[in-house]
Amino acid sequence: MSMKGIVDDKWDIEIKSTSGLFDIDVREIWRYRDLLVMFIVKDIVTRYKQTILGPLWFMLQPVLSALIYVIIFTRVAKISTSGAPPMLFYLGSLTLWNYFSETFSIVSKTFSENAAVLGKVYFPRLVLPLARTLSGLLKLLMQFSIFAAVLLYHIFITHRVVPNWYALTFPLLLILISLFGLGAGLLVTALTSKYKDLTFMILFGIQLYMYVTPVLYPLSIAPPDKQFLLWLNPLTSFFEVFKYSFLGSNSGTLNFYWLGYSVAFTLFMFMAGLLMFNKVEKKFIDTI
Amino acid sequence: MSNIVIKAENVSKQYLVGQIGTGMISHDIKRWWAAMRGKEDPFLRVGMENDRTKKATSDYAWALRDVNFEVKQGEALGIIGKNGAGKSTLLKLMSRVTSPSTGQIKIKGRVASLLEVGTGFHPELTGRENIYMNGTILGMTRKEIKSKFDEIVDFSGIEMYIDTPVKRYSSGMYVRLAFGVAAHLEPEILILDEVLAVGDAEFQKKCLGKMSDVASHGRTIIFVSHNLLAVQSLCKTAIYMKAGTIADSGPAERVINSYLSREVRNCIEASWDMENAPGNDRVKMLAAKLVIDKPAGMQDSDVIDVQTAFDVQFEFYNGVDGQVLNLSLILYTTSGVCVFNVTTPATKLSKGRHSSRLRVPGGLLNDDIYSIVVHMVKDASVILHTVEDVLTFEIIDVKRGETGWFGKWMGAVRPTLEFTID
Repeated sequence: MSMKGIVDDKWDIEIKSTSGLFDIDVREIWRYRDLLVMFIVKDIVTRYKQTILGPLWFMLQPVLSALIYVIIFTRVAKISTSGAPPMLFYLGSLTLWNYFSETFSIVSKTFSENAAVLGKVYFPRLVLPLARTLSGLLKLLMQFSIFAAVLLYHIFITHRVVPNWYALTFPLLLILISLFGLGAGLLVTALTSKYKDLTFMILFGIQLYMYVTPVLYPLSIAPPDKQFLLWLNPLTSFFEVFKYSFLGSNSGTLNFYWLGYSVAFTLFMFMAGLLMFNKVEKKFIDTI
Repeated sequence: MSNIVIKAENVSKQYLVGQIGTGMISHDIKRWWAAMRGKEDPFLRVGMENDRTKKATSDYAWALRDVNFEVKQGEALGIIGKNGAGKSTLLKLMSRVTSPSTGQIKIKGRVASLLEVGTGFHPELTGRENIYMNGTILGMTRKEIKSKFDEIVDFSGIEMYIDTPVKRYSSGMYVRLAFGVAAHLEPEILILDEVLAVGDAEFQKKCLGKMSDVASHGRTIIFVSHNLLAVQSLCKTAIYMKAGTIADSGPAERVINSYLSREVRNCIEASWDMENAPGNDRVKMLAAKLVIDKPAGMQDSDVIDVQTAFDVQFEFYNGVDGQVLNLSLILYTTSGVCVFNVTTPATKLSKGRHSSRLRVPGGLLNDDIYSIVVHMVKDASVILHTVEDVLTFEIIDVKRGETGWFGKWMGAVRPTLEFTID
């Protein structure tokens, strides 16, 4: 019996009713890295099974939708792209936007769509949203190659675009957008694990959100006295930096104050999402 | 050194009865308010026993209540109990699918739980891809799966279709592949829920063999099943759950007997007084009784095994002197299959009480729930009265021996006939 106290300390797993707010076991997620990889592979591979073009479809999607916007927004409605080649403008911002909106909407359904698996087996729940975000990122990088090709064409052949060195911060920008989409998604999936009212808002909300983010239009077409309303949206800075750095300084605005605000907001959103998700993940299966 | 690998301390689990809707918000607010003041959840003090047959009297029910147990390393523990006794809830808690309302479970070592086969299988993925998918979900690393890959394919016998999407598989192939992955798990603790209920006989045998293999290698197994036969042969110790609590625990054989004697509800005795007795002026049934040949050591139980012989005894009243009567007994299974119909010789009887006896040898009936219907017949042709469901009883099958087959034995009867190979 004297040994008991010592042995008791060596339990690997303690299944309790509640956990601390910051009980996030990063090492355990690392142990399940192979599963993370499998989920990413599954996400990518299952989407183009039984297609002839295979992963080419990922690349064709933004091209086709950019083409539609070029026809409707530029040719018909004559909305400005502030000097940038319309195809390049829409291709870039749509690719980025689609990444954000897909990450957000898929992560926000983590619990409800995977209830069958999550109700039968344990693995660190965070692996699922992480895999979704990373597979989205992979897809984005594939799509980005098309954007890069069109960009190079305009830099070296038509000389219509002059990017600047800020383009090198693109990986950082991607991380920030990922954290924002992931954080917001985690928050929503945690909040909808019991009362699902919020899910009705998501589809509508995300469409609306696109129009208050300078995705399909340059920030400069908004009336100057109303522009700060758009800046309040943390994604605005990210999209502006993206356009500023790749399409040239005429196409976007670099505002470090608002950028600082966006980064702070993003980190806050990510932490809030992570903590809420962590609080709910242990028992959501009882109420989903 | 203590070698306890699982320790459950005062584990309780409360579930919500009914729907989640607007009405539940007030509960959540009260709960939140209690948590803010550092008090315990007010709804953990209420709740009813989980008896599905009764009308709900509270919004909460206890699926588990103050469960305590310990499992030692290398132990094969069976968990038995009726539906709703809390077995699956306990498994879910141990597998970390959900967490207890109060109390805690401590575990030492790597756990793999199989609450179903083929968790995470994706229909679009090929057999090969799904082996990796399913394996990693169950906690294996890619490397481990790779080293066992050929064994898994061999075990499931689907080599030809390994690169075909599993949506094209027959259900049998699907299950085999899924089980193949599961059977090659090598965790320190394996948690299994009734998964043996799938597959054909040969395959079940393979799986059980694999499992007892696992158990003999010092790994710990927790096995939940309705199949007492499988529990008996696979597990040395068992826990018997009843209404969310542990009713008995200890050596598997003893616990199974205690389960049978408390849960098998045989109606093996019935009697009536003359006024209320079923029948009419000509004939009345007064009493019916099943007398079991009790095996040694089971004197106080009403358990009827497939090998147990028993007598069915009747007492009836003949109202007409010199009437020629016979009893006709029909044995039905609960699913309505008539197993046999036997009759007494037609006999000329004096007015008054008479008795009758049917001997049913052991090794005749299959395991099932049976009910007896009796016709009281005049002149071997006219039914004077029929008594439905005079007696009902269950025949169980736990000691089948080394046949290697643990599934349901087929057939309405299971006679012991001479059948040999020369």
